[in-house]
Amino acid sequence: MTFALDIILSILLVVGGLFGLTGSYGLIRLKDRMQRLHAPTKASTVGLGTALLASMFHGLMIGTGFSWQEVLVMIFIFVTAPITANYLSKVHLQSRHYDGQTPATGVSRDWATFDQQPEDPEPRLPSRDS
Amino acid sequence: MITYALAFALVCFGLGLILNLWRLVIGPTVADRVLALDTMVVNVIAIIVLYGIQTGLGINFEAAMLFAMTGFVGTVAFCKYLLRGSVIE
Repeated sequence: MTFALDIILSILLVVGGLFGLTGSYGLIRLKDRMQRLHAPTKASTVGLGTALLASMFHGLMIGTGFSWQEVLVMIFIFVTAPITANYLSKVHLQSRHYDGQTPATGVSRDWATFDQQPEDPEPRLPSRDS
Repeated sequence: MITYALAFALVCFGLGLILNLWRLVIGPTVADRVLALDTMVVNVIAIIVLYGIQTGLGINFEAAMLFAMTGFVGTVAFCKYLLRGSVIE
């Protein structure tokens, strides 16, 4: 049992380290601003996920039982990574919009980020007369 | 065997941290620097978790959670500032 756990933990750690290194290397290697979003938001997140899995299984190995706290970190990271990527791609689109280099959408309307928001009506105090 | 795997993973994430620092220095736009900082946060969380495995202490989970939260909030606030000119409208 301990030997099997040892094997599983080692595989998880090596795979996680390789994924994390791939994500950080892609941040350097990729040319375009939009391409650069892919590597850290996907590969690094998977690398961190496998490291957290290894940490969870390590509790079984040292005898303190399966540690559930890492699940919280994992859920948090897996939920927030796409939100971060979405915001950063919006920033890229906006800066390209100002430079006039926005890629074509292929349909008649523009990117949804640049849609005109309906103006909020000015908040008014209730008038005394009515 | 887990000792060697742990050392390998720590070296990998440390190298990734150096590569992120390189992108942080040369990044052509501000958004690239924000992305590099976000990736640095992810790598630091991984290093904290691996250090927790190495020492066998259970308190590293709180530090990892704290790093995840502050990293996410910081990145979103930076992006919001770049997009709209203010963090809270």
